[in-house]
Amino acid sequence: MKKLIIALMMGAVSNLALAGGVEDDPVLTKLIVDKLEYRNGEDSDHMLLIDADAWIGRDLHKLWLKTEVERVEAATEEAEVQLLYSRAISPFWDAQIGWRHDARPRPNRDWLALGVKGTAPYLIEMDAALFYGESGQLAARLDAEYEYMITQRLVLIPEIEMNFHSKNDEATGTGSGLSNIALGIRLGYEIKREFAPYLGINWAKKFGDTADFAEEEGESSDDVQFVAGVRFWF
Amino acid sequence: MYFNSRNVKKGGISLSRRRFVQGLAMGGTCAGLGLGPSSLLATSMKRQEQPTLRGTAFDLTIAEQPVNFTGVPRIATTINGSLPAPTLRWRESDSVTMRVTNKLSESSSIHWHGIILPSAMDGVPGIAEGFNGIAPDETFTYQFPVIQSGTYWYHSHSAFQEQTGHYGAIVIDPKEPEPYTYDRDYVVMLSDWTDEDPLDVYAKLKKLSHYYNFNERTHADLMRDIQEKGVENTWNDRKMWNQMRMSQRDLADVTGYTYTYLMNGQTPADGWTGLFKKGEKILLRFINAAAMTFFDLRIPGLKMTVVAADGQYVQPVSVDEFRIGVAETYDVIVEPQSDSAYTLFAQSSDRSGYARGTLTPDPSLSAPIPKLDPVPDLSHADMGMMHHHGSGMTGMDHSQHQMPDGSTMQGTDHAGHQMPEMDHSQHEASQANQMDMDDMDMGDMDMNDMPSEHAGHTTSNPSDFSARAVHHAATEYGPHVDMRSDNPQYRLDDPGVGLRNNGRRVLTYADLRNLKTTSDHPEPDREIELHLTGNMGRYMWSINGVKHADADPLQWKLGERLRITFINDTMMNHPMHLHGMWSDLETGDNNYLPRKHTVVVQPGARISYRVTVDAPGAWAYHCHLVYHMLGMFRTVVVS
Repeated sequence: MKKLIIALMMGAVSNLALAGGVEDDPVLTKLIVDKLEYRNGEDSDHMLLIDADAWIGRDLHKLWLKTEVERVEAATEEAEVQLLYSRAISPFWDAQIGWRHDARPRPNRDWLALGVKGTAPYLIEMDAALFYGESGQLAARLDAEYEYMITQRLVLIPEIEMNFHSKNDEATGTGSGLSNIALGIRLGYEIKREFAPYLGINWAKKFGDTADFAEEEGESSDDVQFVAGVRFWF
Repeated sequence: MYFNSRNVKKGGISLSRRRFVQGLAMGGTCAGLGLGPSSLLATSMKRQEQPTLRGTAFDLTIAEQPVNFTGVPRIATTINGSLPAPTLRWRESDSVTMRVTNKLSESSSIHWHGIILPSAMDGVPGIAEGFNGIAPDETFTYQFPVIQSGTYWYHSHSAFQEQTGHYGAIVIDPKEPEPYTYDRDYVVMLSDWTDEDPLDVYAKLKKLSHYYNFNERTHADLMRDIQEKGVENTWNDRKMWNQMRMSQRDLADVTGYTYTYLMNGQTPADGWTGLFKKGEKILLRFINAAAMTFFDLRIPGLKMTVVAADGQYVQPVSVDEFRIGVAETYDVIVEPQSDSAYTLFAQSSDRSGYARGTLTPDPSLSAPIPKLDPVPDLSHADMGMMHHHGSGMTGMDHSQHQMPDGSTMQGTDHAGHQMPEMDHSQHEASQANQMDMDDMDMGDMDMNDMPSEHAGHTTSNPSDFSARAVHHAATEYGPHVDMRSDNPQYRLDDPGVGLRNNGRRVLTYADLRNLKTTSDHPEPDREIELHLTGNMGRYMWSINGVKHADADPLQWKLGERLRITFINDTMMNHPMHLHGMWSDLETGDNNYLPRKHTVVVQPGARISYRVTVDAPGAWAYHCHLVYHMLGMFRTVVVS
């Protein structure tokens, strides 16, 4: 994955160099580490979470790479990667289509991903996607966040993420219906636009069969975590 | 790329914010002496004198030059080792020759801004006839007759070289004496310097369009609004902005966060100094050579008499302050009556910084530097909404009705633009509920009244300034356009956001009247409507929703007279510059149309001007904000 990011970025650099003059719509790249955070809660001692995206492309057409990895005590518990073609469909929205791969938990799961990403009225940043999995599994995910500016640099970001599934998938601990909700609030300070350390609280709750599967594994289905991390991009 | 490879790397110097914005004392160019940054810092002499070249033949060399404005050594693009480039002093009806040598490692060019000349001499690579830029180590000879007089400027039309210092003044002495007298004149060239590579600035704007905006409304503003207006009114006031996903503080794309504002190449820490003797009349030739910055200029303690705009004489008008858009020029006369110093204060229109200078009888004297004005909020008028249809807009804050068209209000003293009864304080946003604007049926006001009322001349021959229904082309719909003005108005006597009702007499376009009558000008043969469009978040800019790369040239007929109307479908000011031909701006009285080369189209506004199509060939027609220009651009072909 790392190699892929590097390859994409190299592509962008050479394209820019080839362009020679200044283009109105140059190929650009952006790496966004939205969360690189340490979490500590009752059921999630010393968890490390990475939520990072990268894109390469022009104003209206981009290739996106999205990753989310959770590690607990040197073991990767969850790892997901999405590779998406992103196309602007309206002033504030991009449609994204591609492939999602869950490397952890085992066994692997592959999905067709179809989503929209953009800014809703009231400046709410949204990422909503449907996933169609191998055995007819259908999943939906909604992620929304808002930046509340306390000062020009001190920013409070409430965030909600919800996941739904059409079927139980006991092997991966996934239950049908509303599977889980994560509510977070993070207070960050933008030392630079590109770099903001933050502190926050995350509340993760599993529902229905997902909760039952977790409890069978001896995990809790309801966890409040303190988080500390950094957000950066370039 | 040129900028990347040539930039001097940061040397681990930590800068206080103050130094960065204010600049480094005694910074600037080191005049080709090859001084390193350390010896530059030790230089005790301020480089104040702007070199002036006179005559009919000029040798100009474009080259890289070490500079230090902020404490960090950087490489600028200069001409003859000077930033700004040397002032060229021409004489009307001379023929001038400029041999321009490019010592850069990339292509360059010089465009003579506002000069009427043959297309081949206009200096826009790929558009001017037979001109593809000046290749590295090549010399291009420009030669043309000078058929005008006044204050103009020149700059690169290649890459983002304007941002890195490639600009200078042109002063053309008239054949006939000027219609005013003065004892001395100074060029006052305003610009914006960044230590960043302009390509990086552009990339950052594309990745995060509000990257440089550190004047957003925050928690404290919200609490204050709630306290003053209540929760419901606060919610309603902000509703439209929230629903449109726009910032009411979207005042400038690039700000003092990265810019150090310069006056004649001097940082605010140094300031430029001009000397005078008490009782003298001084002509100040203001030129905005910034890449992205509009400046609001005033000289506390002095009235300024505006005598020319864009190099062309206007009927003298006395003001306290004027806003100068990118690429515009204004000539003003001041007459200090005392032996004291005065500050030339040029704050950026988004209030993120300023350039400054001092007019003084004695170099050891200085004058206080005013504080920056409060950061204003954009109004509904700036969104192309003159009045409101929505039911959610009751209890409207009058900041959203700053009467851009103050003159349309019956019984309002618009002449001085002071509107005393409305002039509560400098803070426009805090005037909630002082006036119940809903009682005024603004939609039914006869906009035709404005010019005649304003001009007060019985012979006034106004244009049609009615706000006709606006039509947006199909190409304006799509992911590349985030806003369309549904009710754009002529706002000629609107001084602009941040200057409305500030207690000072601020110049507006409605004040500009040609010194000579234009009543013999032909009526327009046809009208063209051009919409300025964009998507702020995606940082894409276009005209009629089509960027330059995808657009066919505008085809104009030699000899025709056009009326061009701009509709601004964005929240930004766009200084629109037509090469090769004058823009005769409709400011109210068509018997006295002022001539301009650059016309500011205010956010959400409409404006019209007339063009006599008398210059065959290909011409550039574009927004002069350097990071908008690539898309918001048209080639004009006159045949």
